[in-house]
Amino acid sequence: MLDLINVSKTFFAGTINEKKALNSINLHLEPGDFVSIIGSNGAGKSSVFNAISGAFYIDSGAILLDNKNISMMADYKRAYDMGRLMQDPMKGTAPSLTIEENLALAYSRKAHKSFFALNKRDLEYFRELLTRLDLGLEKRMKTKVGNLSGGQRQAVTLLMCTISSPKLLLLDEHTAALDPETAQKILQITRDIVAESKITTMMITHDIRSALALGNRTIMMDEGEIILDIKGEERSKMTIEELLTYYSRERKKQLTDDRILLA
Amino acid sequence: MTLLIGSLQLGLLYAPMALGIYITFRILNMPDLTVDGSFSLGMACAAVATISGHPFLALFIAIIAGASAGLATGLLHTKLSIHPILAGILVMTGLYTINLAFMGGKANLSLVGSQTIFSAMESMIAVPGGMGKTLLALFICIIIIAILAIVFKTRVGFAIRATGDNEDMVRLSSINANASKCIALSMGNACVALSGALICQYQMFSDVNSGSGMVIIGLASVIIGETIFGRRSVTIGLVSAAVGSILYRIILAFALKIDMFPAYSLKLISAVIVIIALSGPTIKAVIQQNKIRREVNNHLINK
Repeated sequence: MLDLINVSKTFFAGTINEKKALNSINLHLEPGDFVSIIGSNGAGKSSVFNAISGAFYIDSGAILLDNKNISMMADYKRAYDMGRLMQDPMKGTAPSLTIEENLALAYSRKAHKSFFALNKRDLEYFRELLTRLDLGLEKRMKTKVGNLSGGQRQAVTLLMCTISSPKLLLLDEHTAALDPETAQKILQITRDIVAESKITTMMITHDIRSALALGNRTIMMDEGEIILDIKGEERSKMTIEELLTYYSRERKKQLTDDRILLA
Repeated sequence: MTLLIGSLQLGLLYAPMALGIYITFRILNMPDLTVDGSFSLGMACAAVATISGHPFLALFIAIIAGASAGLATGLLHTKLSIHPILAGILVMTGLYTINLAFMGGKANLSLVGSQTIFSAMESMIAVPGGMGKTLLALFICIIIIAILAIVFKTRVGFAIRATGDNEDMVRLSSINANASKCIALSMGNACVALSGALICQYQMFSDVNSGSGMVIIGLASVIIGETIFGRRSVTIGLVSAAVGSILYRIILAFALKIDMFPAYSLKLISAVIVIIALSGPTIKAVIQQNKIRREVNNHLINK
């Protein structure tokens, strides 16, 4: 459903700061895939997301979503079929709008036409979704999102990203800024929503354990390339130690990110 | 009493301008300096149309002209990536020439002898006690607030509010943030130009320079309103901007009446009001910080 064909992107080309962010990336995703992406800082994980979501335009290659070339489509048009969740809980919501207003805004792309953005039918739907989060937010729908905690905001953002049944969900270290307990809760909600709606999902994480535990496929990136792509039996047998050994053997260096080492 | 009624009328007629500023400054969160130009633009358009005998059409022409001015600023900012403040200044500067051109190259036009919406209304409905002007101004003000309040409850309105809040989130929700900005700037400047047109018909003349400093006057009105109502929902915000506009005129009238300030000090007073309101939180924080610093220092010495 998602194809990346020879996708390359170089920043500051021709200068001393030249940086190859993506180096001929090839990737094919089946519908319903849940892919976790790991790699050290600067490996190109977020660049893959930026390329797919249109935060920048790629230099060469093609990005196909359901066989439609979206490589040169404006970011907000691509967002019609995509949900993207950032690491920073502040980025995904409008703080001075209430929870219900934020949800209504995110729902705009697929909602039934209505004169007012908030209407009874949609509000009932939002309440139902919020109830399923089990955070008590269904009773605080008129609360400004700016007054919520980071975890609550991230949960609301997760709903906003999936409320319009996107074809693709991009999760960019969406639990990294949360405390471990909240992170677990958000991961659980992620798992539930993805399992229920069967959205094709890509998740960047620094936590190798959850990378192997969640989803059906794991990709390792380094210096703008995909250096490992495992699924099925090979993946279920893979351990954290093996992954780390693979990385140092393959790239002749250690994974230096302490979060990975601690994982 | 005459002073109060005069201030009330002026306040109501300037209220659409305060609403326009509220939309761009507070909701869209963008300092839009087009306002100085679009106020005079509304005046110029209204003056020409009123002199040619179309006082009601004059208001619509002013609204459309103001909206185009806002759109111009929006396009300069979004399509050509010019800084929003500079884009506003560029359009404002350009409008000076355009306004002069509309007024046939003259710096001011007199409407004396022409029918205005105020004289038309007074000849149609007899209102006792000469309250006709006030009621008409109030009526227009309420209609504008009602329209804006409704617009900001629609999906387009939500998109504008969110764009001022978190532009990235708007794009991620598959909404064209650039379009939201252009719509908001058009709406804001349409309100400002309408205000210019009303003032033009009220004072029976149009002056190409009367727009200068309008941004600050509008912002002062918005801030005065906010100190009373607080920053709450958009509908309350719109009402508070209009009330702020009236209070601003009343404060000003009394300040000038008691001979505290000469008549030409209007703009300095406005500037000072805005400076005090905007710097308030910072000054408070600095005082707080200094207090803490003193306590910490004393603590160290005592040890």
